Amino acid sequence: MPANAISTNVPVLQLTDIRKTFGGITAIEKFSLDVHPGEIVALVGDNGAGKSTLIKIVSGVHPPTSGSIAIDNEIVAMSNATMARARGIEVVYQDLALADQQSVYMNMFLGREPVNRFGLLDRRRMIAETEQLVKELDVRIPSAHATIRDLSGGQRQGVAIARATHWASKLILLDEPTAALGVAETAKVEEIVLSLKSRNIGVLIISHSLDQVFRLSDRICVLRRGRQIGVRKTAETDKNQIVAMITGLQEH
Amino acid sequence: MPIANAGAADRTGGFASRFNLQQYVVYLGFLAIFLFFAVVLRDSGFLTVRNLSNIVLQTAPATIMAIGLVFVMAAGEIDLSIGSIVAVAALAAAVTINAYGLAPGVLAGLGAGLLIGFVNGALVAYVKLPSFLVTLATMGLFAGVSRSMTNLRSIPVTDSTFTGFFGSGSLLGVPSLIWWTVIAVAVGHLVFRESRFGAHVLATGDNARAAAVSGISVPRIRLAVLTISGGLAGLAGLLYAGRLQAAKYTLGETDLMTVIAAVIVGGTLLNGGKGSIVGALVGSLMMGMLNNGLILMGLSVSDQMIVRGLIILAAVAVSLREKNR
Repeated sequence: MPANAISTNVPVLQLTDIRKTFGGITAIEKFSLDVHPGEIVALVGDNGAGKSTLIKIVSGVHPPTSGSIAIDNEIVAMSNATMARARGIEVVYQDLALADQQSVYMNMFLGREPVNRFGLLDRRRMIAETEQLVKELDVRIPSAHATIRDLSGGQRQGVAIARATHWASKLILLDEPTAALGVAETAKVEEIVLSLKSRNIGVLIISHSLDQVFRLSDRICVLRRGRQIGVRKTAETDKNQIVAMITGLQEH
Repeated sequence: MPIANAGAADRTGGFASRFNLQQYVVYLGFLAIFLFFAVVLRDSGFLTVRNLSNIVLQTAPATIMAIGLVFVMAAGEIDLSIGSIVAVAALAAAVTINAYGLAPGVLAGLGAGLLIGFVNGALVAYVKLPSFLVTLATMGLFAGVSRSMTNLRSIPVTDSTFTGFFGSGSLLGVPSLIWWTVIAVAVGHLVFRESRFGAHVLATGDNARAAAVSGISVPRIRLAVLTISGGLAGLAGLLYAGRLQAAKYTLGETDLMTVIAAVIVGGTLLNGGKGSIVGALVGSLMMGMLNNGLILMGLSVSDQMIVRGLIILAAVAVSLREKNR
């Protein structure tokens, strides 16, 4: 698979021969993929193709049955999400995992709140860092103090991505980031996702919208029934080919 | 503080949407009830310093319990066993003081509360039983324990250090029950509002899944809040025993409804994610004032219960309306 390796720089994420079984059922087999810094790789496939399982493997929720995960060329074993986070991998979940009645800045630091020398919450720092980041990413929220439930769907998605960006040093996994959004909000979120490239973070995105995949990604990886059908450079393929790979009209 | 052009999607800007009724309802309610009694009971001694300070003193145990319940409810759980813990802790303290002296007695009282709270918490956090059912069961269980412990008798507490420290004494001219209230509210507020633990309690009650994927140990939070609630109910038991100079199985029996009402009126959401210690204090004082005023108005015990029940109903209605906004 030549499109599978751009060997100019060290991949942030390198999956080699990943296989995952649940009991007797094989969810993923022979899966290999590199994600490079500043690169957006899209994971596409029909429902049940194994996309979510793969995200869970990379985020540490389900350790693979066999195969290896390397971050910056170093093989790592991750048995829970906390270990993945410590490695610089952040996930933006489909349900966003935001605490709706808390402020934007408390959500940005959920579970990782900084404290001052008296052991009390360092709100000033949380607010300052939140304001800086939402400004950089151009997430249009009224204030760092705003409560999540008062935000629109697009603003919430923006907050979730901003949080991942704040903590991810290597890789962000995006699970259907615009599934619940309208046209204008989708465009805004896509803009934010594209801006992540300049931060030298790898992005692995799951999306059902092929239009979106072609707008955002550098490469497209197709899964069908747990098998990796192929990886294509987005610039060198077209929708027909990808659809054919997803539906099984074209093997390899 | 505009960070970015908020645009049309800004739904938090206007005063009308920012004004949160639930946040202020406790203060408005407190004021309204106070003014009502001040006018209606102006000749019945409601406004005397003696009566008003009595209200604060009598409210102290309920306020302390309410602080614990704010943590529990903010975490999305409930503790129905606090009333029973009060009696068990007071009796444990009384029996132990009479047999072994002051310090063991205090430890026995607080320890009993912490232990029951810990058992509640462990069953909720690790056996994954709903807190409503667990604490409903322990409420009944320990109501039985305090009755069988004493054959329904009252145990006198004569240790004057104990009754002074936890009851009728004073320091710098301020009654000890007020000291306890002030310290508990101050510490509770600081921990709830300004510590990481408090933030994790709120996150757990708000969205347990989000808290868990953010690295917060949700079971540990659930264990902690129920243990805190048990410990504070134990302290409330000591305060009752100190003030009344005796312990009996009836202590705390009728407090559960009052305390839940105080906490909800005070701005803590029944379903978690939001709470206020100061609100619970004001809510508790409001319930105490209501009790006092209704008695001075000459209402029968049954009528008092009806009025209190109606107030709780109104408070829950406001609470849920805000949550589902």
